[in-house]
Amino acid sequence: MDQTPEVDGIVGRGNREGARLFRLWFDGLGAAAEEGRDGAYVFVMGSLGELLTAFDLPMVFPEINSLQTAVRRQAHEYLNEAEDIGYSPDICGYVKADVATQRRGGMLPMGRVPKPAIAVLTNACNTYIKWAEIWERMYHMPTYVLDIPASRQDGHPVHRGAPGFERDRRYVAAQLRELIGLLETTTGKAFDVDRLREAMGHANSMSRSWKRVIELNRSRPSLFNALSDGTIYLGVCNGFRGQEAGARYFEELVEELEHKRAHGIGTLVDEKFRLVFVGVPCYPIFRRFTELFSEHGGTFVNSTYLWFASGGTNLGFEYDLKDPIESLAEGVLVGCSDAMDSMFFQTRALDSIIGEFAVDGVIYHPIKSCRTTSTGLADNRRALMELRDVPSLFIESDMMDRRVVSEAQLKNRIDAFFEGLQSRRQQTAAGIS
Amino acid sequence: MNATPLFPEWRGRDLDGILHAAIELLENTDFPTVKRWRESGGKVVGHFQVYFPEEIAHAAGMLPFKMRGAPIKPRQADSRFGSYLCSILKTSLELALSNRVPLELFVTHPICDAARNLAGVFGRNFPYPCQILYLPQNATSPAAREYLRGEYDRVRELCGEIAGREVTDERLRAAIGVFDRNRALLRELYAIKRGTPWLVAAHEAYALTAIAGLVPREEHNELLEAVLPLLRARGTHPQDRVRVVFEGGFCEQPPFELIRSIGRSCYVVDDDFLIGLRWLLEDVGTQGDPLDALADAYLNRSSYSPVQHDPRKLKEAMLLERVRGANAQAVILAAAKMCEPGLEEQVAYVHALDEAKLPYFVTEFEENMTSFDTLEIQLETFVENLLFV
Repeated sequence: MDQTPEVDGIVGRGNREGARLFRLWFDGLGAAAEEGRDGAYVFVMGSLGELLTAFDLPMVFPEINSLQTAVRRQAHEYLNEAEDIGYSPDICGYVKADVATQRRGGMLPMGRVPKPAIAVLTNACNTYIKWAEIWERMYHMPTYVLDIPASRQDGHPVHRGAPGFERDRRYVAAQLRELIGLLETTTGKAFDVDRLREAMGHANSMSRSWKRVIELNRSRPSLFNALSDGTIYLGVCNGFRGQEAGARYFEELVEELEHKRAHGIGTLVDEKFRLVFVGVPCYPIFRRFTELFSEHGGTFVNSTYLWFASGGTNLGFEYDLKDPIESLAEGVLVGCSDAMDSMFFQTRALDSIIGEFAVDGVIYHPIKSCRTTSTGLADNRRALMELRDVPSLFIESDMMDRRVVSEAQLKNRIDAFFEGLQSRRQQTAAGIS
Repeated sequence: MNATPLFPEWRGRDLDGILHAAIELLENTDFPTVKRWRESGGKVVGHFQVYFPEEIAHAAGMLPFKMRGAPIKPRQADSRFGSYLCSILKTSLELALSNRVPLELFVTHPICDAARNLAGVFGRNFPYPCQILYLPQNATSPAAREYLRGEYDRVRELCGEIAGREVTDERLRAAIGVFDRNRALLRELYAIKRGTPWLVAAHEAYALTAIAGLVPREEHNELLEAVLPLLRARGTHPQDRVRVVFEGGFCEQPPFELIRSIGRSCYVVDDDFLIGLRWLLEDVGTQGDPLDALADAYLNRSSYSPVQHDPRKLKEAMLLERVRGANAQAVILAAAKMCEPGLEEQVAYVHALDEAKLPYFVTEFEENMTSFDTLEIQLETFVENLLFV
C-alpha cells in the first residue's frame, strides 16, 4: 500500500528533520573522536542528557549505534566478531555489536564514535550494568550506576504520594550529587546549576511535546506509524535531550501532526487496522517488517517502545527549575520507573491504549536478544486476552541477529493474523458475534 | 519455629543415613517440608534467587522458601513464557502453578532482566503480593545503606501484615542470631570441603547446604550440628584428584547428578552453588538496629556474583581469590543456558584465568538435563590432561 504523498512542506518534515539531526549528531560524535575528545556513554533509560549537556560531554548511545548496524544490515559482522572472542550467541546483540565496535576503535557504518570518558547508566536494564563492566575492563574509566528503584508490584507505580516515594527520591538525589562530583573530576569543569536549569527547561519542552505527539495519534486516520516514524522520533528524543534543537524539533513535530490531523492526512492512504506494538522492533528487516503490516492496511498507532525507549519522556513530566537537583531526581525516578512498568507491568496500560486509540489488534514481538522486554510477553498476552476481547499476534524474532529472523515465517503469521482481523470485522458487520 | 520438625527423617541415623535422607529431601519435587509447614498453619514467602534477607520472613513467623527451580516439566508455565529463556524461571513458576508450593508472598530481585519480569508474571497469575525487592546496584554509594534499610523495612511491614504478627526488632535480632549460627555452620562445612575434600563429596555438601532453603533455619542448624562432627570423623582417605572450583551456580542450579558426576573425577573445593545462602560472609550481629545491620552486611560483608555490581568486587579478581583460598588447581566455568549475566561473566573469567595461567573447563548446563555422559567424558579428559601432563 502506498504511503501518503507529501502534500506540502510541513508533511514529512519530522522525518526529514529527524534524519538531518541524527546525521548532525553523529557527525559531532565523529568530530569528537577525530579530535580525541572522549564522550559520555549512556543508555536510553535514564540518559541524564540534561546533566551531561551541562558538562559539554558528547553523548554516545551504544544501543542506538548497535541498532544502526542492524538497520544497515551489517550487524552479523559485528556479532560474529564478538562471538569469536567468547560472547555467547544467547546474549544481548546490542552488547556484542558494541564490543566489536570498541575493538574496531569506535568504527561504525555511520562513522566513528569517541571513546568513553565516563559511562552513566541506570539499572533500568540489567544488561546495562554488565555492558558497562565490559567498558570498565576495556578502558579503566569511571562508570556510575544510577540505581533507580522502580515499581515493586503491579498496580503500585512510583509517583509522588506513593508509599516510599520520598525515600526513593532521596536515594536518587543523593546519587545525582555524587555523580555531579564525579563529572566535575572527570571533565575538570565546575558544575553550573544555571546550565543544568537551561537544559532541564529544554527537556521540559521536549517532554510536553512528546506526550502530545503520542496523544495526537489517537486521530483517525493515525498520523504516524509508531514503529517506523516513531523510531526516528526516538532518535531525536534521546540524542537531543536537554538541547534547544531537540525541544524545537518536537514543537515542530506537534505542529506537523496537528496540521495532518486538521487536514485528515494519515500515515496510510487507506488505514484499515489500528495496531499496538509491544516489544522492540525487528531491525534486521526494519522497513520490510513494517511493510508486512502496512500492506494489509495495518498501522501501529502506539507502542510500548515509544515509552521505554524514550526513558519515560512520554509522561510529559516537567521539572521544577527552582529546585533542579531534587526535581531531576524525581523526573529520572518517575520516568525510568514508567519505562520499566511498560516492560514488566504493562497489562493495565495496554488495556487503556486499546480503548483510547481504538486498537484492532495487539502485536507482541518478543526477541531473543532482550529478556528485559520479552520475558513476560506471553503471559501478558494471556492476561490481556482475559481482560479484553482483542485479537493479538505473538511473533518471535530478534532486534539484531538475522540468524533468528525468518521473514517468510513472519509473513505467514502476519498474513493469517490479518485474515483473522478481516473475518472478525465481517462477522461483526453481519451481526455474528 | 514449628514444634514438630519438618524434616525428621535424618534423626537417629548414622552419617550415611543422614546424607541419604538429605539427598532424598532435596530430590523430592513435592517439597514435603513446605507441605508440612503449611499443614501446621504456617505461611510461606517464596523468594527467587539470589539473595533475600530471610531473617525478616523468619522473624514474621513465615517460612522463607528459596525458589531455585526444580527438575520438573513446566507444563503450565511453558505457556506463560516465550523462547530463549533459562529454565529456572519456568520451573519456579511451575512450582506455584502446580500447587506444589503454595505461597502467601513472592519476591523476586532485579538480578537479571528475566528474573525481574517474574514479579509481573507471578502477579498476573496469583492473588497474593508478588514483588520486586530492589537490592542496590550502586553498592558503594554512601546513600545505599540507608536506602536498603528502608527497603528491608518495607519487607518487614509486608511480612508482618501477611503473617498477622508484628516484626519487632527483638524478633529480628533473634532471627539474626539463628541465621548467624547457620552461617557459621555453613562456613564450617565449606572449610571441610576446602581442607579435606575427601571427607565430603561435592553432591553431599550441596544437599546439606540446599536444605537451608527448605526448612526453618533452626532445623538446618540442628542437622549441620549433627553432621559436621560425623564428617570430620569420617574414615575416607584422600585420593589423587584435581582440586577444582566450580563457578556458575549462583542462580539456576546444575542438575544434582551433574554435581555428583563432577565429584567423581574432581574434588570440588569451593563453589558458588546457592551463593545467596552464604552471601553474608560474617556474623550480622544481634546488637543495634537489626535492619541496618542486615543492610550493612549485604553491602559490606558479602560474597560476589555476576548479578551484583560493586566496583570493590571485580568478579574475575574475586574468582582468583576463591581459587587461591581453596588451593584449587583448576576451575570449572559453567553457565546456565540462556543465562545472560553468567555467559557474559564467563568471558571475563576466561581471560583472567588465561592470564593467571590457571586451567579451566567451560560448559553450559540446564536444570532439566538428563544425560551427562558426554560432559563427564570431556571433564575426565580435562582432568587427565592435568594429572598426566
